[in-house]
Amino acid sequence: MAFRISRTGLLFALIGLAGLALPFVQFKPNRIVPGEGLRLFDALSLPLGWMIGLVLGAVLIAGCLERWPARLRLTVALLSVIAVTLALGAAATQLTPPDNTLARVSPSSGFWLLLLAFALMLADAQSRITLGLPIRLAMLIGAMVLIAVILGSGVLDGVSVMREYAARSDLFAREAAGHLVLAFGSLGLALLIGLPLGVAIYESPAMRRPVLGILNILQTIPSLALFGIMIPIFGWIAANIPGAAQAGVAGIGLFPALVALFLYSLLPVVSNTLTGLIGVNPATREAAAGLGMTRPQILVQVLIPLALPVLLAAIRIVLVQNIGLAVIAGLIGGGGFGTFVFQGLNQTAMDLVLLGALPTIALALVAGIALDLLVEATGGAPKGGQA
Amino acid sequence: MTGRVLMAAAMLFLLAFLASPESFASLFKPFTRNNAPAIYTQTGLMSLTLSHLGLVLLAVIASTLIAVTLAILVTRPSGREFLPLARTVTSVGQTFPPVAVLALAVPVMGFGAGPTLVALFLYGLLPVFENALAGLTGQSPQVQEAARGMGLTPRQRLWQVELPLALPVILTGVRLTAVISLGTATIGSTVAAKTLGELIIAGLLSSNTAFVLQGGMVVGILAVLIYEGFQRLEQLAAARIGQG
Repeated sequence: MAFRISRTGLLFALIGLAGLALPFVQFKPNRIVPGEGLRLFDALSLPLGWMIGLVLGAVLIAGCLERWPARLRLTVALLSVIAVTLALGAAATQLTPPDNTLARVSPSSGFWLLLLAFALMLADAQSRITLGLPIRLAMLIGAMVLIAVILGSGVLDGVSVMREYAARSDLFAREAAGHLVLAFGSLGLALLIGLPLGVAIYESPAMRRPVLGILNILQTIPSLALFGIMIPIFGWIAANIPGAAQAGVAGIGLFPALVALFLYSLLPVVSNTLTGLIGVNPATREAAAGLGMTRPQILVQVLIPLALPVLLAAIRIVLVQNIGLAVIAGLIGGGGFGTFVFQGLNQTAMDLVLLGALPTIALALVAGIALDLLVEATGGAPKGGQA
Repeated sequence: MTGRVLMAAAMLFLLAFLASPESFASLFKPFTRNNAPAIYTQTGLMSLTLSHLGLVLLAVIASTLIAVTLAILVTRPSGREFLPLARTVTSVGQTFPPVAVLALAVPVMGFGAGPTLVALFLYGLLPVFENALAGLTGQSPQVQEAARGMGLTPRQRLWQVELPLALPVILTGVRLTAVISLGTATIGSTVAAKTLGELIIAGLLSSNTAFVLQGGMVVGILAVLIYEGFQRLEQLAAARIGQG
C-alpha cells in the first residue's frame, strides 16, 4: 500500500521537530537576567518529558501521511495544543525550586514553535471541512471555555507570565476593563457619530469627497502622534472651558486615548455606511417609495437592514483595529494592556510584555472571529477564511 | 489637477521643513511652554526621516518579495495543497495587533532597529499576500484558456499574463503595507529604533506639543504622498491591461 506524503504535514512536522530540538523553556534565576534554555526532554522529569516528547514527535511524523480524515486531524491537533500547554505548566512547576519566589520559568522558542506547528495543523484541518455556523460558534465558545478552565485550574501558575499576573491581579483586572472601555467605547462613539454622518453624505453626494478626504487624512496621522496631540488639546479644553472638566474631559488618562481611537474609527464606519447604502438595489428603494413610505421610514426599515452586513464588516475592522491600537494608550497613561507592554519594555521584563501582549492578541482574535461569524450570519461575505 | 498641485505643495513644504527646520520655529513656538525649544535638535530631522523611510522601504520590499512569491507558489498546481491554510493564516494573522508583534519581537531580537524591521516585515506580508492571492485567483478562466491555447508555457503564462493582470491589485496591497508600516515604524522608537517616533516620544516625555506635532506632521505628509503615489502607479498598471 503506497502512502502519499502530505506536504502541509511535512511543513508542520519540520516546524514541530525544530520545536522539540530547541529550548522549550528558559529557566531564569530572576525575572530580568537571561536564563538557561532547556529542551522539552530535559525540562520535565525523566519518564514524563520523553513520553510527551515522543508522542508529539510521533503525531508530527504521522501527520505527514495523506490518509487522515480531516476531523481526526482536527481532534489530534487540538489535543496536541493542549498537551504542549500542559507540558509548559508541568515544566514550570517541576523546575521552580520550592519556596523560591525569584526564579522564573518562561516559555522559549521550542514551546512557541510546537504551539505554532499544532495550531497550523489545526487551522489546516479546519479549513478543509465545511462546518455550519452554529458549530463554528460552539467551537469558538468551547475554545474560550477551555482556555478559561486551563488558566483557572492553576496548572500554569508556575509559568513566568502567570507569576507576573499573580503579582498584580488587581491591576490586571483594572487594565483589562480599561482596554475594553477604550476599544468598545470608541466603537460606540464612532457608530453614534459615524452612522448619521454616513447617511448624511449618502443623501448629499456633494459632501462625499470632502468628508471622506478629511477622514482619510486623519487615518494617516501616526497613532502615536494622534494620541500625543489629544493630550494638550483636551488639557486646554478642561482648563479653559467651564463645565468641561466636570463633564469628564481631561488631558490625562483614558479620555484623550478614547477620542484618538474614536477618530481612527470614523473612516471605516462612514465609508462602509456609504458603501452599504449605495449597494442597495435602486429598484428596492423605489418599491419602498411606491408603497408610500417616507424617507426616514425607507432609511430605517429598508436601507439600513439591507446594508447591515457591510456595517457589521465595518464594526469588525474597527473593533480589531482599536483593540490593537488601544495598546498605545499605555504609553500616554491611558491604561489598558499597553501599560504592561510598555512597563515590561522599560524594565526589559519580557514576561510582563507577554502579560500585556497575549491578552490583547486573544481579545483581537476572539473579536475578529466572532464578528466574522456575525457578518456571515447576516448574509455577508466573511472577511477572511473560515474562523 | 488640484490634487496634483496640493501634493506638490505638500512635498515642497516637507522638503523645506526637513532641510531647514529652524526657519519654521516661529510656526511651532505657540505650541511650546516655558520657553522650551520649538524644534527638536537632539537628532537631525532629516536623518530621522531618512532612517524612518529606510526602515519602511526595506521592510516593504522584503515583505512584497516574499508575499508575492508565496502567493505564486500556493496558486501553482503543485502548491494548491497550501491554499486553504494560507487563507486562514492570513486572515488570523491580520487580527494580530502590530504593536503586540513589535513587542514580541524584542525578546528574540533585542532592542534597536531589528525588532521593528521584523515586525514591519511580518505584518507587511499579510496585505500583499492577501491581495496577490486575490489578483492571481480572480482571473477569468477564458484568459487562462486563451493563454494556454496560444501555446504559452506555464512560466510564460505567469510572467506575461497572470502577473501583469494581478499587478494593480498587488500594488494596492503594497500601498496598504507601506502606509501601515509608516505609522507602525513610529512605535519602533519605543524599542530604540531610530525613527520619527523618537521626536513624538521626546515630545510626550517633555510635554512639548511642538515635537509631537512635527513628528505627526512629517509622517502624515509622507503617508499621504506615498498613498497618492501608489494610487497613480495602480492606475498606470490598470491602464496597461486595459482597465484604466
